[in-house]
Amino acid sequence: MTGAARAAAPLVQLAGLAHSIAGKPVMAIGDWQQTSGDHALVLGPSGSGKTTLINAITGLITPSSGSVHIDGEPMSALPASARDALRRRTIGLVFQTLRLIPALSVRQNLALAQHIAHGKHDAAAIESLIARVGLAHRIDARPRTLSQGEGQRAAIARALITRPRLVVADEPTSALDDANALAMIDLLFETAAATGATLLVATHDTRIQSRFATVLTLRSPARAAA
Amino acid sequence: MTFFGLSFAYLRDRGLNTVLNIALLALAVATLVILLLFARQLETRFDRDAQGIDLVVGAKGSPLQLILSSIYQADVPTGNIPLSSVEVLRENPSVSKVIPLAQGDNFRGYRIVGTEPAYPEHYGATLAEGRLWAKTAEVVIGADVANALGMALGQRFVGSHGMSDDAAAQGHDHAPFIVTGILKPSGSVVDRLILTSIESVWDVHGIAHGDEDDHDHDGDGKPDHAPGEHDHGDEDHDHEDHDHDSDGKQDHAAGEHDHGDEDHDHEAGGQKLDPEVTALLVSYGSPLAAVQLPGFINRQTNLQAAVPAVEITRLLQLVGLGLDAVRALAVLLMLTAGLSIFVALYTALRQREGDMAMLRVIGASRASIFGQMIFEGVALAAAGAILGVLLGHGVIALAAANFRQLTELGLDAAHFEVGEVWIVAGALAIGALAALLPAVRVFRADIADTLTNSR
Ligand SMILES: Nc1ncnc2c1ncn2[C@@H]1O[C@H](COP(=O)(O)OP(=O)(O)OP(=O)(O)O)[C@@H](O)[C@H]1O
Ligand SMILES: [Mg+2]
Repeated sequence: MTGAARAAAPLVQLAGLAHSIAGKPVMAIGDWQQTSGDHALVLGPSGSGKTTLINAITGLITPSSGSVHIDGEPMSALPASARDALRRRTIGLVFQTLRLIPALSVRQNLALAQHIAHGKHDAAAIESLIARVGLAHRIDARPRTLSQGEGQRAAIARALITRPRLVVADEPTSALDDANALAMIDLLFETAAATGATLLVATHDTRIQSRFATVLTLRSPARAAA
Repeated sequence: MTFFGLSFAYLRDRGLNTVLNIALLALAVATLVILLLFARQLETRFDRDAQGIDLVVGAKGSPLQLILSSIYQADVPTGNIPLSSVEVLRENPSVSKVIPLAQGDNFRGYRIVGTEPAYPEHYGATLAEGRLWAKTAEVVIGADVANALGMALGQRFVGSHGMSDDAAAQGHDHAPFIVTGILKPSGSVVDRLILTSIESVWDVHGIAHGDEDDHDHDGDGKPDHAPGEHDHGDEDHDHEDHDHDSDGKQDHAAGEHDHGDEDHDHEAGGQKLDPEVTALLVSYGSPLAAVQLPGFINRQTNLQAAVPAVEITRLLQLVGLGLDAVRALAVLLMLTAGLSIFVALYTALRQREGDMAMLRVIGASRASIFGQMIFEGVALAAAGAILGVLLGHGVIALAAANFRQLTELGLDAAHFEVGEVWIVAGALAIGALAALLPAVRVFRADIADTLTNSR
């Protein structure tokens, strides 16, 4: 693939995407695409298939029909190890439950992510990113001693330390109060801008809808079929 | 932060559990190491010292005691036998070598043995300094003795009566020995001995026992087997029996039969007395001797013949049974440690299934996650194994320092056995095995499912 073609390819491209489990449809999207730099929101009620979509985009599951291309590469058609490699290169993840490793400090959590992605250690990058999310004073703290907000900052920093082109966040705000939910989105936007990442946020949280220009609305495929 | 670093972080995170498992494994490894060193060093010592000695002839009594006292210098002699038996054996054509031993004294716990130059020669012990004994009172000391006591050529010292160092034991003040030679280390019993001529041993006792005041018998109940001491039955350690012989003489001077002989002179009058020794080390010249000699001696004379190989086998069997039991316990302990590590890793894994799935999602390969878990088990086991080996050697060093008998048996803490490598390898294998099941679980896990189902 040439540089020009690559630049032209959408960051995320879904074609005829649908997924069923045991014959029961759990996600039906069809065609959709997201261009680089265009932060998008996947909005839908509980059970509408948001997590299933994210799993398909990140290559954790193989959709039962349709395809997923990430940055021009066919995620859904690659063998498992190639998916791991593609995900490692292009995608950063922010989990709803943060999933920071409790045995490691914030700094070490970032260092491990860096090691996994690039096999190298860049202490300066870790420190500057942690400072950017406002956690410099907690850099050597253990995750379980962090407040919810601090933990989220750490989780965002970890997703971005590998400099991914796409940052996928599943329900990053649903457990937060209004003020914190908006602060979280602000932080995501700010750090994404700083590292040149594009956001894909899945949520049922309509409070943050107004912040996104691009919204993919999901309806429960089961109900849609009924 | 690498996966190795992650393993250590997890181990540190559940510190108490980690320490407990390391301690458990260390104890098992230490027990096995101690057993191995003990059994192997005992065996080596037994083999080395008994090499080339086909038969031991001594006074009637326990054959094992005779072997232990004469070959290994580790028990009290069974008694004395007439020196004439040396000639009787030497005349036997099926005997190639007879080495007489006269035991009875020690210096600071190191036995003084009257013998012939053939004795150190038998063990391949050569002189490091000086020369062999030529006159009475001249001694050659073993390498360990020289080292431990810091003795040098020309040094004079006075032996004490008995087989081991004992404050209550009486010194033969007026019969000092002089060191004329120091032996090179030979790795045999000779290293721990002070060697002199048989006449020297007789002489010490002859002169010593000529002085009533001095030879107040120990009365410590310790067997007292100086050559020439005829009544070495249990009762003879009674104070009163010994102390005040009517003629003012003790009856255990070498060759001293005639108590009326006030001024006996060993060098001149040795012949008319009946000099004695404690044991004879015999090597056969022909295979026929093995068939005939022991039976002949045991039946036809009032001497005892004991075959080292037979007695050692008997002893090792007895000791071996005990060692086997302890070994079984240690193996059980090791398996317990393995099980405990398994439970620890398995429980830890359940708590970090989510962590592992997350690591997989952010790009860690299955192999590195699998390796991380196995490494955690192996690192734990390695710590336990290394600690266990150190502990084992430490315990042996401590025991050897506190119990002289162990040193006499040749127990050496600084010596490492090849078998220890196997013990360590076994411990590492157990660590890896304990981590295997949890690791396989993670290896097989569906990350998407794990992520939804774990926090
Ligand atoms: N492994 C599975 N086995 C069976 N059903 C599944 C499985 N995974 C998802 N589903 C079903 O698929 C549907 C979509 O699930 P998904 O988790 O994608 O929804 P969601 O939009 O993320 O919901 P929420 O907002 O509650 O997280 C649900 O009805 C769910 O029960
Ligand atoms: Mg979901």
